[in-house]
Amino acid sequence: MTETLRRTPLHDEHEAAGARMVPFAGYAMPIQYSGIRAEHQAVREAAGIFDVSHMGEFIVQGSEALDLVQHVVTNDASKLEEGQAQYALLPREDGTLLDDLIVYRRPGGFMLVVNAANRQKDFAWIERQARGFDVELSDRSDETGLIALQGPRAQEILARVTEADLDAIAYYRSADGEVQDRPVLISRTGYTGEDGFELYLGANDASLVWRALVEAGAEDGLLPAGLGARDSLRLEVGYALYGNDIDESRTAYEAGLGWTVKLGKGEFVGRDALAAQKEEGAEVKLTGFRLSERGFPRPGYPVRLDGREVGAVTSGVLSPTLGVGIGLTYLPVESTEPGTELEVVIRGKAVPARVERPPFYREGSIRR
Amino acid sequence: MSNIPDGLRYSQEHEYLKPAEEDNVFYIGITDYAQGELGDVVFVELPGVGDSFDAGAVFGTIEAVKAVSELYCPATGEVLEVNEELDANPGLVNSDPYGEGWMVKLRLDSEPEGLMDAGEYASHVGE
Repeated sequence: MTETLRRTPLHDEHEAAGARMVPFAGYAMPIQYSGIRAEHQAVREAAGIFDVSHMGEFIVQGSEALDLVQHVVTNDASKLEEGQAQYALLPREDGTLLDDLIVYRRPGGFMLVVNAANRQKDFAWIERQARGFDVELSDRSDETGLIALQGPRAQEILARVTEADLDAIAYYRSADGEVQDRPVLISRTGYTGEDGFELYLGANDASLVWRALVEAGAEDGLLPAGLGARDSLRLEVGYALYGNDIDESRTAYEAGLGWTVKLGKGEFVGRDALAAQKEEGAEVKLTGFRLSERGFPRPGYPVRLDGREVGAVTSGVLSPTLGVGIGLTYLPVESTEPGTELEVVIRGKAVPARVERPPFYREGSIRR
Repeated sequence: MSNIPDGLRYSQEHEYLKPAEEDNVFYIGITDYAQGELGDVVFVELPGVGDSFDAGAVFGTIEAVKAVSELYCPATGEVLEVNEELDANPGLVNSDPYGEGWMVKLRLDSEPEGLMDAGEYASHVGE
């Protein structure tokens, strides 16, 4: 591991817990602690705690904050009430994706939560777009810690260390509160298909809150969970990962994320290109598949339709919960009907699979 | 520190050779160090009984959550038995690599060459 990797404010907690650290988006991040399968299962059955402090947080304030957010993202931020959050995309003029993000309506403005790997690129882009708007834009990523507490027992565990009324926080809503007497933005969001919270807090408070949660959840089977489990959990519910499933070569419609594009909200970056693609229809679409035989469909493995190679697996895993290989790939739209037969070539062997519309795992505790 | 028992022989590719009850027959599997590096094993693809392999040949693959690796036969011989238990319970490779996590039983055709003893293997993996 090189010296240039950045560390999250929870780095010492990971080292103390014996995590295996790997480079990810320029940070040293825990890929696993006790084992990916055990961590995955803990989140499905009890709870897991993740350090996602590498994510980027931008604050947009000023009299035209809403106008700027509306200008740069695909979703309609004017619909957000204070504390409410929304999944959205950051498109370029041609409709391709710079990033995906979460937009929070905050007192006096917005918070945009972006992928760590895209943070500098996104901030520079938004700054450029902000010319002529009366806004103040700041990158708070380095001062902000982010802890995800996910799983059916997440609320019970969090309730032991906060006075906040958690029942009052609905799905994709957030509230300012205190955890262990530290100020925390408590958000009922996540990336696992389970109920749970994401806690935005000062970097200096991250360790204290992390330890309190680990201690409070021990009796419930809470485990610290790394990037490995995070990846298999999100894939079981079919969430796209920027860098794997979506990138600057794809548009919202190709990614199956057309529901985040509100063409009727008024002008925004990429609107014309997206409107045209919606009209014509995308040629390919990000599609789920399930292997019909045993196999582990890893990213990059070729995908065939009628014996002809049409693409590659963008994300794939042997689902720890379902015990079968599942994944995502781009297919011609005419071949995306559930049940359509395809093949994934696993080290030279064509393994049969069928198109399936995610989520692959539907029993999660998520509160919609 | 991983477990490297005495009395076994080890290959550069982290397979071991452990004497079985019969003469000239050995259990083959991957070392504790190797399973630790791989992480959770999700399945193991093994050869058929009666297949023969030269030393260094690929005799199977091991799928872990993070990566897939090939299994290299540490000696030349014929497969007498495969551990079918791994089909249902691949995690045995992680929990008991030298015991219930064995992979194949091999009858050697000739004395194995170029293998390490426990001490040499320990330095090979830097322990």
